[in-house]
Amino acid sequence: MGRTADAVVVGGGIQGVAVAYQLASRGLKPLLVEQEYLASGSTGRCAAGVRQQWGTEMNVLLARASIKMFERMEEELEYPRGIEFKQRGYLILAYHERQWDQFLRNVALQRSLGVPVEVLSPEGAREIVPYLSLEGVVGATFCPEDGHINPFRAVEAYAQAAVRLGAEVWTFTRVTGVRVEGGRVVGVRTSRGDVSTPVVVNTAGPWSDRVAEMAGLHIPTYAQRHQILVTEPVGPVQGPMVISFCHGLYCQQTPHGSFIMGLGDPHEPRNLDCGATWRFLEEMAAIVTKMLPPLAQLRVVRQWAGSYDMTPDAQPILGPAPEVEGCYYSVGFSGHGFMLAPMTGKLLAQVIAGEEPDLPIGRLGPDRFARGDLILEPSVV
Amino acid sequence: MPGGQATAGGEDRVVICRCEDVTLQEIRRLIGEGVHTLDEIKRLTRAGMGLCQGRTCRHLILQEVSRLTGVPVEELSLPTFRPPTRPVKLGVIVRAGGERHG
Repeated sequence: MGRTADAVVVGGGIQGVAVAYQLASRGLKPLLVEQEYLASGSTGRCAAGVRQQWGTEMNVLLARASIKMFERMEEELEYPRGIEFKQRGYLILAYHERQWDQFLRNVALQRSLGVPVEVLSPEGAREIVPYLSLEGVVGATFCPEDGHINPFRAVEAYAQAAVRLGAEVWTFTRVTGVRVEGGRVVGVRTSRGDVSTPVVVNTAGPWSDRVAEMAGLHIPTYAQRHQILVTEPVGPVQGPMVISFCHGLYCQQTPHGSFIMGLGDPHEPRNLDCGATWRFLEEMAAIVTKMLPPLAQLRVVRQWAGSYDMTPDAQPILGPAPEVEGCYYSVGFSGHGFMLAPMTGKLLAQVIAGEEPDLPIGRLGPDRFARGDLILEPSVV
Repeated sequence: MPGGQATAGGEDRVVICRCEDVTLQEIRRLIGEGVHTLDEIKRLTRAGMGLCQGRTCRHLILQEVSRLTGVPVEELSLPTFRPPTRPVKLGVIVRAGGERHG
């Protein structure tokens, strides 16, 4: 009766497929369950930028390793369609002195960990993006290895490779319960029937708190909307992603030629709303055309929204749940999960398989909030 | 497919999405791989993501999914409609905002 799996992965975004692939490559037979289609949640809605310019050692290390893995991904996963990895850098702009001091500390940290990052004057920034307005710009940092990837393709690449290695993927299937007996996971209930398993991996993104609750667990994650738009495609004019933490803005030209841009809004309510608003369109247009004036000529073809899966310190929760044996988290990425997924998927699979992880991830455990040991990342949009 | 083996119907030359240059062959190959929703086909091929936002190709792809899976067109779901209704320049949005806020 019923079926069994070595692990059930709940959520078919980039975290879920990366963990499923890494488990399958260690000889386990995971079952990935996704409520809609793969990448239908936050992954498929994200801007899919990847950068190593972070302000905490943990993020720099995770991002650096992940970029190395993205570079080899098509080959490793034998993916013929291509993940469209464009490595033309991230140009991060500083608009006041205090922020500039923070940037210089970040650069020292990044360089100490092997990230090739350059410190630029405003004029130096304009050599990289010639139509950049320098109004208010104090300086900039630039890492040429950062870039952009097609998130749908990356997810498909991982999923296909996982299935070839023996993983199973159930799309359009809901997980409705997690069965816990004597403090251990014994199975999950789904809309396609019960599955016996000793391991449940929560990769549910903005639904992460609800999936945790199914196992009687509480984690301090919450969903928050972020809006984004895309323009018509034009010839290649902008190499790097341009970011300003002051404005909460990012803007990138994809290899396809379209510009993708978004704007963070700290006042967004905490829920799963993915509606698009006129107000976002107006604020986005006003700020981006001041910063990158020629973009005023580009036509917006589509706007949409996705949910960040937030934690109180904007850092992921990665590792085992201390209260229930067999329950694992890879959640709470707070808007930068796509770019960290190759490495976080590997680390979590190593922990689940009983291997020594490549990096110590104990500090990313869910118990840090009770201890007050938060990892505050200064560089988030 | 590399090598471009033409099929009897010449489907590799039939363009279904004119904005993003997606051929009937690509659509049929994905459906054959088990990709049966318009949402997924759109995201993997960009069919329907161009300037016309799928006004031309949406129904052609629906018919193709229906024909190859046996599911009636009425039972297939359409991708989410996303604003703006027509492409609009960022500069025009800024001017409209300026006028509204005086």
